[in-house]
Amino acid sequence: MAQRALAIIAGSALALLTLGPIAVVLLRAEGFGSFRPGDLDAVRFTVWQAFLSALVSCLFAVPVARALARRRFPGRAVLVALLGAPFILPVIVAVMGLLAVFGGAGLVNTVLGALGLARFDIYGLHGVVLAHVFFNLPLATRMLLQGWLAIPSERFRLAASLNLTPRATFLVLEWPLIRRVLPSAFAVIFVICLTSFAVALTLGGGPRATTVELAIYQAMRFDFDLGRAALLAMVQLGMALVAGMVAWRVSLGSGFGAGLDRQTPHWGARGLWFDAFWIGLVAVFLLLPLGMVILRGLPGLWLLGSDTLRAAGHSLLLAVASTTLCLIWALPLATRRGELLALSSIALSPLVLGTGLFLILRPFVNPFSMALPVTGLVNALMALPFALRILRPEAEAIRSDFGRLAQTIGLTPWAWTRLVFLPRLRRPLGFAAGLTAALAMGDLGVIALFADPDRATLPLQVYRLMGSYQMEAAAGASLLLLCLSLGLFWILDRGGRVGA
Amino acid sequence: MLEVKGMRLALDGFALEGDFALQPGETIAVIGPSGAGKSTLLDVIAGFRKPDAGQVLWQGQGLSDVPPQARPVSMLFQDQNLFPHLTLARNLGLALRPDGGRVTPDEAARVEAALKTMGLEGLGNRKPGALSGGQQARGALARVLLQARPIILLDEPFAALGPALRQEMLDAVTEVAQVSGALVLMVSHDPSDARRFARRVVYVDGGRVHAPVETKVLFDDPPPALRAYLGQEPG
Amino acid sequence: MKALTFAAGLFAASAALADDAVLTVYAPDYFTSEWGPGPKIEELFEARCGCDLQFKPGDLLPRLMLEGERTEADVVIGLNTDVTKKARESGLFAPHGTDLAGLTLPLDWNDDVFLPFNYGHTAFIYDTTKVDAPPASFEDLVNAPDDLRLVIQDPRSSISGLALVLWVQAVYGEKAGEAWAKLAPKIVTVTRGWSESYGLFTDGEADMVLSYTTSPAYHIIAEGDETKKAAIFPEGHYFMVELAAKVASSDQPELAQSFMDFILTEDFQGMIATGNWSIPAALDQAKWPEGFQKLNLPEKVLFYSEDEAAALRDEAIEAWRSALSQ
Repeated sequence: MAQRALAIIAGSALALLTLGPIAVVLLRAEGFGSFRPGDLDAVRFTVWQAFLSALVSCLFAVPVARALARRRFPGRAVLVALLGAPFILPVIVAVMGLLAVFGGAGLVNTVLGALGLARFDIYGLHGVVLAHVFFNLPLATRMLLQGWLAIPSERFRLAASLNLTPRATFLVLEWPLIRRVLPSAFAVIFVICLTSFAVALTLGGGPRATTVELAIYQAMRFDFDLGRAALLAMVQLGMALVAGMVAWRVSLGSGFGAGLDRQTPHWGARGLWFDAFWIGLVAVFLLLPLGMVILRGLPGLWLLGSDTLRAAGHSLLLAVASTTLCLIWALPLATRRGELLALSSIALSPLVLGTGLFLILRPFVNPFSMALPVTGLVNALMALPFALRILRPEAEAIRSDFGRLAQTIGLTPWAWTRLVFLPRLRRPLGFAAGLTAALAMGDLGVIALFADPDRATLPLQVYRLMGSYQMEAAAGASLLLLCLSLGLFWILDRGGRVGA
Repeated sequence: MLEVKGMRLALDGFALEGDFALQPGETIAVIGPSGAGKSTLLDVIAGFRKPDAGQVLWQGQGLSDVPPQARPVSMLFQDQNLFPHLTLARNLGLALRPDGGRVTPDEAARVEAALKTMGLEGLGNRKPGALSGGQQARGALARVLLQARPIILLDEPFAALGPALRQEMLDAVTEVAQVSGALVLMVSHDPSDARRFARRVVYVDGGRVHAPVETKVLFDDPPPALRAYLGQEPG
Repeated sequence: MKALTFAAGLFAASAALADDAVLTVYAPDYFTSEWGPGPKIEELFEARCGCDLQFKPGDLLPRLMLEGERTEADVVIGLNTDVTKKARESGLFAPHGTDLAGLTLPLDWNDDVFLPFNYGHTAFIYDTTKVDAPPASFEDLVNAPDDLRLVIQDPRSSISGLALVLWVQAVYGEKAGEAWAKLAPKIVTVTRGWSESYGLFTDGEADMVLSYTTSPAYHIIAEGDETKKAAIFPEGHYFMVELAAKVASSDQPELAQSFMDFILTEDFQGMIATGNWSIPAALDQAKWPEGFQKLNLPEKVLFYSEDEAAALRDEAIEAWRSALSQ
């Protein structure tokens, strides 16, 4: 009963924090605004690019995760850790890295030009999808890989002893896994791409690539039309919930039962070249842009001022606080229903969320003094769907595998949590913690309304530097941000990578 | 006395009904064809499933509102009877300290004793993955022994073991029953298991949990349905 | 969370100067950063007033409108002409009460609420080592070959982007749509804000970037690089001015007034050029830093009053949007 109460508390807090701000903005606006002619186009483009981005990310994630689960090679651990990197980069930094590879003056075009081949133009819908895949393919891959590693080795042993063909193994073991994990991964990626704005615009090449979030931005910052912003935010939320419901219905099937924690075996699986192709492809696709971020940033490292270092300190503090909060929040919500509910938190426009929180807090405290706590809270909220996506399948498996045993022994809820639930959840928990921490480092979120000169975060500092012509220092600060995020991710994810 | 009164429970395509009483300290085999509802019956007694009608009583007290962990019942499942990430000793310690607290020297000694009773001396530091199937089953029995509840339910926990090992385990169960004086219900497919272990048999078939019958009486003159199940020609 | 509270407390303590009267000024991020003019202005003004000047960076008008009369802001600095109409109508601002005689703007300025402190013009910046023959006029730019790569900002999310569509509107009037249609193939991409565009330009992703006539000054002064230049068009350049205003509900009206008066002094104006990389609003050209003397500046300045701009805005944005959406 205590667990149920906790779940209700966590769920209510989530609902309050997502719907509350919209409600407050609506109240302030005295009702919804109206749609404009371009809005339908924006909705159409938003859904289409999010759908394509999620689809491509998920489709490619299957062979990549499968290859990574089956093969051992030098540098594998590093590659698996780096899979977390693109996702946590500030948007602008990642876009610069991508353009250094795929842009007009980028590596790809330099090579194509030298070979006398036609140039590759990244700008357009395919550019948007490419960037979103760069961000999200690694995420989908990690989620699937996590699922693969959760299949008890006994099952693979059985498949090996039955001498199942690759096709049969796929149908018996891997397809159910994909059915279970992929629809929700698709939903999360779809929803996060729904709120894309800077990436879509920059790589989309112009107003063809107008998303709903841009319309919200315009309504909020330029027209000061809160009613319209709230209306568009509701549209965005609605699209996310539909996606969530679909995923909820499609994603069926249960776990693979418990094993005895034996080491995952790797019998010479067939298809070495196939696996090598996918691992190579994803490594190049991820590492080249990351490498460019590092190269661009190195000279700037010497330009980092005290402001930037202090901002880095704030970001680290925030990351730790957000991670703790997010995990405490996620554990009671690690159910299908909780996961669906949590989707709304990333579907909510950060601008509307920020404005709503500002309006809520304003009568009680000075919003400036709340800059860091609010950012921490919002970061935790934004990371929640990802944490849940990672934790939920395992959490449910643990409950179904060991719930009855715990009951027949009469374990207290605390003993269950401490001795069974958390230890068995260690792998996804480490991954979720790493991802949350890295997200909290990279997220700019809602700080614009709460900004305070003394409490800037590192991503905000990157934007400030760029706004002051300090492009080199900004690149250096971005590199620092990348290193810190990856470092945190690496440390926290270590638990998750034990045996991986 | 364990009473199942007017139990009715909808299962896949049929309803399971039962009305019977068992004495403390008895050893009971629950037999019947696959899918007849044997495991379901145990689940109802353990509190993992709620019947649609009727109730379960222990010593005259209704258990309907008692959650599984508070019932006077310990249970062995078909698998997952030990937590794989904890050592055997830690697993057994949890039976004594369900709040996960540190076991006292006295309790540690009881754990050692239980291990010894089950022939697992010196294996307390191993995790279940490092034990043989038979050792795992004995470990699980040791856990039940330490729980010392007046009702023990066994849901085919030895199905995966070989015949010799299974005989051995049945003897171990008999010993546990004698040591603890508990009412033991064991689901089994095999009449010889029942003969070896049980004083009385509950036969489940055709949507009905039949009232317990003396093992010898039942097998010497089985009713037609059981006869068909046992593969004996009438006559 | 304890550590967080503790840290926040530390910073709060270091920021607050005990009993001094506090003047709260809302300013944009770039203004208050260690690279912007904020820290220097704070130092100069605090030396004069014996008060504590606190900059609060972030959104200006949106935040002020949310806060209404309960705002703690005394002064807002860094507003642009695209929001003055809304700002004026909100009634949140008081007349600046400052003598405008000292202004050295290229056009007349009589606003009694919004006080200019620096200005510039929209311009396309290029790299002389990469572009040999920059367009000599807007018409040249529009008719340039399609392999000239431009990057601009979105008028729906950026002030400079909005200035650009008004610029095109001012030059081409009813033919703005046609001009945009010819420009469209040259526009590599449109970014959310100025920073992204300028980053793309310095990375070589575009030949020309929509920025300000003053941008080359940064490269000349801070980097000793004279290869970045603004292409000057005889059709004129759109005027961009940054403004300050006094908040009507200020609890420090006198301090606020003295800050407003401070803005047009030579102390303030003298450091704005290299602080904010813009042309001071009240300083003779002879007193500009050397790098600014070297700037290419337009002869003709285009500007719409806030009422004209408000009337034209939707039309101008739509001309841009429909041409670039083809």
